[in-house]
Amino acid sequence: MSLMEPHAHSADHPLYRRRRRKSAIMMTLSLAAALFGIAWLVAILATLLFKGVGGLSLAAFTENTPPPGSEGGLLNAIVGSLIMTAIGVAIGTPVGILAGTYMAEYGKHNRLSTVVRFINDILLSAPSIVVGLFVYEVVVVKMGHFSGIAGALALAIIVVPVVVRTTEDMLNLVPHQLREAASALGLPRSTVIQRIAYKAAQAGIITGVLLAIARVSGETAPLLFTALNNQFWSSNLNAPMASLPVVIFQFALSPYTDWQQLAWTGALIVTFAVLALSIAARILAARSGK
Amino acid sequence: MTSTDMARTSAVPQSPSAPARPASSANAFVGAGNKEKISVRGLKFYYGDSLALKGVDLPIYERKVTAFIGPSGCGKSTLLRVLNRMYDLYPKQRAEGQALLDGVDILSPKLDLNLLRSRVGMVFQKPTPFPMSIYDNIAFGVRLYETISKSELDGRVEAALRRAALWNEVKDKLDASGLSLSGGQQQRLCIARSIAVRPEVILLDEPCSALDPISTAKIEELIDELKADYTIAIVTHNMQQASRTSEYTAFMYLGELIEFGETQQIFMSPHDRRTQDYITGRFG
Repeated sequence: MSLMEPHAHSADHPLYRRRRRKSAIMMTLSLAAALFGIAWLVAILATLLFKGVGGLSLAAFTENTPPPGSEGGLLNAIVGSLIMTAIGVAIGTPVGILAGTYMAEYGKHNRLSTVVRFINDILLSAPSIVVGLFVYEVVVVKMGHFSGIAGALALAIIVVPVVVRTTEDMLNLVPHQLREAASALGLPRSTVIQRIAYKAAQAGIITGVLLAIARVSGETAPLLFTALNNQFWSSNLNAPMASLPVVIFQFALSPYTDWQQLAWTGALIVTFAVLALSIAARILAARSGK
Repeated sequence: MTSTDMARTSAVPQSPSAPARPASSANAFVGAGNKEKISVRGLKFYYGDSLALKGVDLPIYERKVTAFIGPSGCGKSTLLRVLNRMYDLYPKQRAEGQALLDGVDILSPKLDLNLLRSRVGMVFQKPTPFPMSIYDNIAFGVRLYETISKSELDGRVEAALRRAALWNEVKDKLDASGLSLSGGQQQRLCIARSIAVRPEVILLDEPCSALDPISTAKIEELIDELKADYTIAIVTHNMQQASRTSEYTAFMYLGELIEFGETQQIFMSPHDRRTQDYITGRFG
């Protein structure tokens, strides 16, 4: 080794300098990519706020969707969305949790679980319009008309795979030592699952359900073919039902400026409701990490 | 003839009523006068196709501490996990032979596992408090087997925590999460949880390997007190711990029981060369 060569641990060593340069380049690229992603989100939220906030008034929450050219709000659409989402989640959550529990606790390595897991993953990424068409064929055509219950069923089908996946993942994260410790006390398996595993996975499972709610409350395609829409107040599950996403879709495409304004307001309401849910989910997840 | 050879040949006891003795000639008198709480006879254990215990015979005496020593992977923990059928949670693990608890075969498929486990408690290497309050960690197991009043339950929780030398540290925060305690406290909580359901046997699987020396000393003191009422089996990698806490020691190696005897004898004058090599640190 000649005296001219810098010492291997010196900051001037060519290997180290090259490594530092590489690191700086990669850091810049990663940062740029992150900013690129966030920029669109900020732009979307800003546009929504800018265009939608003008239409936010008490009337938006207390009056039904108007005919073109007259005053009105989004009450029937908000209520319809709430009803169908609530029923969809009420059907989808128990099914999803039970299926996820089976896969994580009982049938961990058996064939049935492998098949269900595979199909569930397909369902998870299936375009929601396909779900809408399926319910249209199976329910709407049989009933002879569009209905709120068909919309709720379509949403339930979208909820199930999300909840199955998170339930299974969260239960798998529960350390097996905890299950052993509970079994070692003489607890039957069902008690170990209900009282120990669920408790340890609680926050994660709730997060999964909240994410499922966030997902379905913005779905338009499956409702277009099932619940359709309703210009008037209706809480009848056997009749077509309004929903925020479909009203937004319809009003935004209309030539009437007051309808377009309502569409922006509706979009603002849906987005921030979902955002609030997602933040709640994050907080719950963070708390469970402690 | 080495003690292992003899242990193998004498796997089958002459008469069913006679408790099997671990069969080296020097061990023939080991434990005379003590009652066998658990008798392990010709025990083989399989993880899938691999044989982890190759025919083990051994007594565990009532109200004594029996230590299991040996290098990692020699089958100590496996043996312990047979005694409360913990392995039953995993489909590919199975045991052959006999393990009698008060004369009843633990390995019988007809045995009620939950009742067995309420009689044979276990504390694990890693502290495993349940995700609930300190009080509920203890009360949980008790409520499962007994319907008792709130005040009685309070008493049981306190008694268990006192027994585990934890009461003074937690009496003012029984509602706090069990996970908020330190590692040593969590382990004592787990011991309290085990004794609250009033088992007869307590299996300790390296209970101190994740703990600091002070917590370890506390748990060793605790073991010393508990043996007045309980039969204790402890797996440990710590020779000093084995010699300090136990009356009997079993040295295992590669799935076989090499030597079983009074702790003092095992540590002072082991009969088998491999035992001697292990306790003097020549391998393991």
